[in-house]
Amino acid sequence: MTLDEQLDRTPDAQVPTYTPAGPPRPSADELRARIPGWGVDLDPADRPSVPKLQLDPGRTGAHWDFPERQQEEPPRERSIEHRFLTPVFGTAQPTRGLSGAIRKLAYARWSDAQTAHWLALIAADRVDVVEGFVGSILSGHPDNLLAETGIRAELTGDGLRSRTGDGRTDWKHQWMDPFVVAAPWVLAGAGAVAAVRRLLR
Amino acid sequence: MRAMVYRGPYRIRVEEKDRPRIEHPNDAIVKVQLAAICGSDLHLYHGMMPDTRVGHTFGHEFIGIVDEVGSSVQSLQVGDRVMVPFNVFCGSCWFCARGLCHNVNPNATAVGGIYGYSHTTGGYDGGQAEYVRVPFADVGPSLIPDWMSDEDAVLCTDALATAYFGAQLGEIVEGDTVVVFGAGPIGIFAAKSSWLMGAGRVIVVDHLDHRLEKARTFAQAETLNFTEYADIVVEMKKQTDYLGADVAIDAVGAEADGNLLMHVTSAKLKLQGGSPVALNWAIDSVRKGGTISVMGAYGPLFSAVKFGDALNKGLTLRMNQCPVKRQWPRLFEHIRNGYLKPSEIVTHRVPLEHIGEAYHMFSAKLDGCIKPLIVPDAA
Ligand SMILES: NC(=O)c1ccc[n+]([C@@H]2O[C@H](COP(=O)([O-])OP(=O)(O)OC[C@H]3O[C@@H](n4cnc5c(N)ncnc54)[C@H](O)[C@@H]3O)[C@@H](O)[C@H]2O)c1
Ligand SMILES: [Zn+2]
Repeated sequence: MTLDEQLDRTPDAQVPTYTPAGPPRPSADELRARIPGWGVDLDPADRPSVPKLQLDPGRTGAHWDFPERQQEEPPRERSIEHRFLTPVFGTAQPTRGLSGAIRKLAYARWSDAQTAHWLALIAADRVDVVEGFVGSILSGHPDNLLAETGIRAELTGDGLRSRTGDGRTDWKHQWMDPFVVAAPWVLAGAGAVAAVRRLLR
Repeated sequence: MRAMVYRGPYRIRVEEKDRPRIEHPNDAIVKVQLAAICGSDLHLYHGMMPDTRVGHTFGHEFIGIVDEVGSSVQSLQVGDRVMVPFNVFCGSCWFCARGLCHNVNPNATAVGGIYGYSHTTGGYDGGQAEYVRVPFADVGPSLIPDWMSDEDAVLCTDALATAYFGAQLGEIVEGDTVVVFGAGPIGIFAAKSSWLMGAGRVIVVDHLDHRLEKARTFAQAETLNFTEYADIVVEMKKQTDYLGADVAIDAVGAEADGNLLMHVTSAKLKLQGGSPVALNWAIDSVRKGGTISVMGAYGPLFSAVKFGDALNKGLTLRMNQCPVKRQWPRLFEHIRNGYLKPSEIVTHRVPLEHIGEAYHMFSAKLDGCIKPLIVPDAA
């Protein structure tokens, strides 16, 4: 619909919004009849998150004031906005390689409030992808770039019809996705070419 | 064990990984029976969340059987059938008392701990795997009621609880007009929950017709496909007698479509914490003095939010990661009474070995996909 078709230009002074009355509201009886469960939580007292923040000491199942500390090994990076390493933390994928060095720096140097902190982490993520790819070859389980994108779902999931059926708008940028996938390789490749050139010069 | 692992933006694979072990006396190891892919996982999958490491296993929606417990665990036993809220939390800190734990995420103070959601939320591997480490086993997990199906239970670990919470943050009073942006699982469930709170009208906005159809049939909502209108905000005003909606719920988040510049600068170039298109539509569509509940997730960088409009209109903006477990007792009643039938939105059940295709399908919204579940031992 164009904007012109969308606009409603009847000069009707009775539009309720412009008077104190406000628009009419549907009746509770009608809604209750139409929608199973309508209004069962009308009373805020029945809503579990009213108020949003509430104290429920003793009801959480915790039997400690401060939890026992999980063992730290290897040294665990942490936000400098914390007083100390939290007593419990995830130990998945410890920092390693160049990406690890960037990540450690991002945590040691900048708080969560600094844009540099997040940009450094995003940069480390991209380095990690290249390291992961190289590592996958060395470890004998090379990345299969195509299969890992799950692209087969285009066939099993009716890719073409899914995109043409709806009035959808995400096709405008979905074509960029392969470039996002390829970007680290292109950048790494360009970097390698530049480095080789410099060496040869 | 077999586990989904991240290899880079838009790339995942299933790998053999070490089975997680007890690392703290209150840990449990849960053997996953059913997991799900959440819209939030797409932000990781697209490489938008800082400190998403190669090798990370995603998955914050899962249920399973307790396989091992640490020495201080009192309330769970091996063999128990449990559902695990997506939040990792200690149950005892100053923040926990207020629903926002501080003791489990060393990597940031700007967000709590979440399973399988990058190192920015604590570096915990998630549940799209055969086994998962569950910290604070006496605090987080609950026994699944006997009468509840696995599929309903897994949807309570995030999607349904979040949406129900989102409707509560809307502070809906009887007769309110509620507009929900996004017809994904969160939006559809939020629309349905709005009725329970007494909404008078519920309107769902998206650009995917198959999802809007679900919003009509499952949630009895009116729907608008925003691609059909030159200006969706004008349409919202027109639909509400030029008042604007009383309440808006943002169930879209960081990858909102509808403005290519906003989408590309955030989802593709990572120059913004998230595309604020849906949030800005919410700000402009609600009436002066209205309330906006933000359930859509945004990254830690800034986003171009129309803050001036929010101020000048006197809006109330409310938001949070959902405190999942607190929603459960009341949600269980609603499910038992038949007011909420969460598993009706499940469109795909995919073996773990094929999770790569499930991600692509859910991300590109193929094959009418609304909610895909992952079955680890579908062999
Ligand atoms: N706060 C929390 O605790 C919490 C928990 C779970 C999920 N989330 C977030 O909620 C959001 C939705 O999750 P989901 O699982 O439903 O995801 P989803 O990706 O399945 O759904 C998002 C929907 O929004 C639609 N959309 C895109 N741009 C839009 C726009 N401008 N206006 C209206 N609709 C638009 C998409 O077409 C899609 O249908 C995500 O951002 C997710 O991260 C938050
Ligand atoms: Zn989630």
